[in-house]
Amino acid sequence: MENIKKRKASATEGLDRVDGRLKVTGKAKYSAEYNTKGLVYGVLAGSTITSGTIKTIDAKAAENAPGVLAVYTYLNSPKIPGYQDPPTQPKGPFRIFDDNKIYFNGQPVALVVADTFERAQYAATLIKVAYDKASFQTDLKSNISAGVSPRNGKDYVKGQEDAYKTAPVKIEQEYILPTDVHNPMELHTIIANWDGDDKLTVWDKTQGVLGTQRSIAQAFKLDPKNVHVISPFVGGAFGAALRTWQHEIAAVMAAKALKKPVKLVLSRAEMFTAVGYRPYTWQKMGLGATPDGKLVGITHEASGQTSMYEDFTEGTVNISQLMYACPNVNTRYRLVSLNVNTPTPMRGPGEATGAIALECGMDELAYALNMDPIDLRVVNHADTDPQTGKPYSSKFLKDAYQLGADAIGWKNRNRKPASVTENGWLVGYGMGTGMFGAYRGAATVLARLLADGTLDLETAVTDIGPGTGTAMTNIASEVMGVAADKISVKIGDSALPPSPTQGGSSVTSTVGSAVNDACVQLKEKLKELSGTAEGGNLSYAQILQAHNLPQLEVTVTSKSSPEAAKYAMYSWSVHFMKVLVHPTTGVVKVDKAVSVADCGTIVSPKTARSQIIGGTIMGTGMGLMEEAVIDHRYGRLVNNDFANYHVPIQADIPQLEALFVNKPDPYINPMGAKGMGEIATIGVAAALANAVFNATGKRVRDLPITPDKLI
Amino acid sequence: MENNNNLPEPDTRPDVKDPSRRDFLKKSALITAVALTPAHAVKAAEKHMDERIAEAFEKMPLSLEINGAPHNLMVEPRSTLLDILREQLDLTGTKKGCDLGQCGACTVHVDGHRVISCLTLGIMVNGKKVTTIEGLAKGDQLHPMQEAFLKHDGFQCGYCTPGQIMSAVACIREGHANSEHEIREYMSGNICRCGAYPNIVNAIQEVKEGGLPV
Ligand code: FES
Ligand code: FES
Repeated sequence: MENIKKRKASATEGLDRVDGRLKVTGKAKYSAEYNTKGLVYGVLAGSTITSGTIKTIDAKAAENAPGVLAVYTYLNSPKIPGYQDPPTQPKGPFRIFDDNKIYFNGQPVALVVADTFERAQYAATLIKVAYDKASFQTDLKSNISAGVSPRNGKDYVKGQEDAYKTAPVKIEQEYILPTDVHNPMELHTIIANWDGDDKLTVWDKTQGVLGTQRSIAQAFKLDPKNVHVISPFVGGAFGAALRTWQHEIAAVMAAKALKKPVKLVLSRAEMFTAVGYRPYTWQKMGLGATPDGKLVGITHEASGQTSMYEDFTEGTVNISQLMYACPNVNTRYRLVSLNVNTPTPMRGPGEATGAIALECGMDELAYALNMDPIDLRVVNHADTDPQTGKPYSSKFLKDAYQLGADAIGWKNRNRKPASVTENGWLVGYGMGTGMFGAYRGAATVLARLLADGTLDLETAVTDIGPGTGTAMTNIASEVMGVAADKISVKIGDSALPPSPTQGGSSVTSTVGSAVNDACVQLKEKLKELSGTAEGGNLSYAQILQAHNLPQLEVTVTSKSSPEAAKYAMYSWSVHFMKVLVHPTTGVVKVDKAVSVADCGTIVSPKTARSQIIGGTIMGTGMGLMEEAVIDHRYGRLVNNDFANYHVPIQADIPQLEALFVNKPDPYINPMGAKGMGEIATIGVAAALANAVFNATGKRVRDLPITPDKLI
Repeated sequence: MENNNNLPEPDTRPDVKDPSRRDFLKKSALITAVALTPAHAVKAAEKHMDERIAEAFEKMPLSLEINGAPHNLMVEPRSTLLDILREQLDLTGTKKGCDLGQCGACTVHVDGHRVISCLTLGIMVNGKKVTTIEGLAKGDQLHPMQEAFLKHDGFQCGYCTPGQIMSAVACIREGHANSEHEIREYMSGNICRCGAYPNIVNAIQEVKEGGLPV
């Protein structure tokens, strides 16, 4: 393997985050941090039952409490105009304060608005609700048989169904992933401020200002142009802010009724029920192979939970259709409706869940074959897209396996489980592969060169953390030859040129391409102006000055070419884990982790490295600690805070290594860059489970792998 | 609490402790109604005057120094330092991540020590010096920890960052930054969901080894 060193992203190499100064000085403003005049505070009160109807609501004490301006419930809440039309689908998003039905525990039943946060919070405790309780189900495991096919969802069959069953070597196992919750550090927040009857501004935690604009416009029957959504800084989201939730609609409603700006910040407990989560999912994996490891059949089944009122389907089983070359593949996905709130995509969404079954399954198969798990994957490497037969736009997964194996010290792995100890701890190595579609949508970017030679870039996209502005700056700097500190980026505002929601690992590809194309056009214009092919020796500033131009501006929309449709486009990752397991207490420590990404050109090395290690850490939470627990006797969450829902903390995480293949994809976009946000997490939990098995000989198939499961 | 001297004197006015004080106008109106109430008392009750009077009694004076500037405030005793900073003083650099003392996003320094401001009532810091993230840099010159976080990319979304930086500075001051392991232990009260942990450790180590005053 030549020059691994070169491909290793140094922690300090590359451009610092362009908004970093604002973030380290506390000047970056998140959505709760806008001080509009006359601001009042909204606090929600949630249902204490899990299913049934509201009998009576006594809001008198709350209404009379000091500072309270209003208490809204289904009895008195102004009607949301867009909710008055009969629904076009049998199921759909929960509609706040629409009727007296209770679908899940914690469902908002009232909104208190008061002049201070403390007063609203106190008054919310004074609301008394009497219910008629109905029976409910919150446990997926005991309701798997009630699962139904998603609407428009067909079972996938390639070749022969259940072919694994008759293969010379086979495994068949079940895996459970409990509910994981995004829990970004910033609480979901909205400030809504109406300007008259048909116009408003919201400062909102959202991954897409235009998506939020559309949702609010629909709900309140407004011209989308009249809904101004501002969100320049988002304190993490991981999928939780992909859609507009009911607390946002409630705040907009209250602001309209009261003619005052209303701020509503969810509590940490509400972050578990007022927004979505990764659904509890049961999976069954059947893998069959020839004695030399060639896959004969893959059968992947999954049942995921959803709410009673809305179907949420994700691509849990798709990864088994796409990852390996195998003649016979069939998958089934079932939805189980429970008395819970609707899930929503969480980083690496269904693929991250599916990869647990597929990549743990492959490890189990490797043991059944007495084969190295990397060799098994290489033997079954897909050279073309198994689903469509299309060629890949680019794929260097085999390089990635090699890079990672070298960096983790795979040669030190003893295939025999529970055979190596270090200072009294059992040592194990494991790996898991991830893949996710590489997309490119449409985006519009404005690029403006000013007479002093500085460059402005503007587009509506939000940045939930990966460093979108920094990537845009890197791309523009490269194309224009303008120093990064002369470039300023304005994002996170619906009034700016349109660009997509941040999600699905597609923003650098989509918005980055528009930045690239805008800069190319700007350069062309400058060349024309200067009258020479390369602009001569004149600087951009001199060209503008020579023509007496205060600025030169282009607005460019850029999207994928039809040519791209000829190729299958994916990003790949391989995660390697070395774990230590304490034999008496069952404590698992990540000793070393290496994540390798094959995702085209790396446009922003410093932020890319952070994104990969951040994804590895989230996957570590998924594998070792995260689990939202419902007490099924009451249907109520029992660990809806950070003391009891464990996310990885500083002490859990060693130095992590992120490696990049860093070879451009020739077809996806001008930069050759593919997404990495999802693949950073997909495959991590499986790598951990596989490493724990190698360390202990215990195969934990119901995540997270907590110490009790190992002793 | 080693030093109670700075706490405001307990208010001994009888009506402050009386839970029924909000209704005193209404009650006196009721009682005296029989005995021909003065009309203005009835009116006052109707206009929620009792509430407003009670509101004044409910607030307590709070004098403190924030980032070197003196502040004299009237606050409700239940208001947390975090909410006072964010909602009353527009010092929004200090973040709310849980409001339960479980995440560290709200970490500030009180008299030089790191403190979880969501679990600190405003009135507990009467007479004390509070430093928030906004007070760490000297004008345009960043604190070495802020520089190190930038260089090592000790964050992504930036929401946990002010708390991490305030904690990191205190971690070195306390003498708890002598090894990677020790830093990890003493920084474990600050959650970063974006997963910048290794970068944060690297930043702290560099500042510690650089020897610049923190
Ligand atoms: S907001 Fe204070 S610890 Fe989380
Ligand atoms: S940087 Fe996002 S939570 Fe730490």
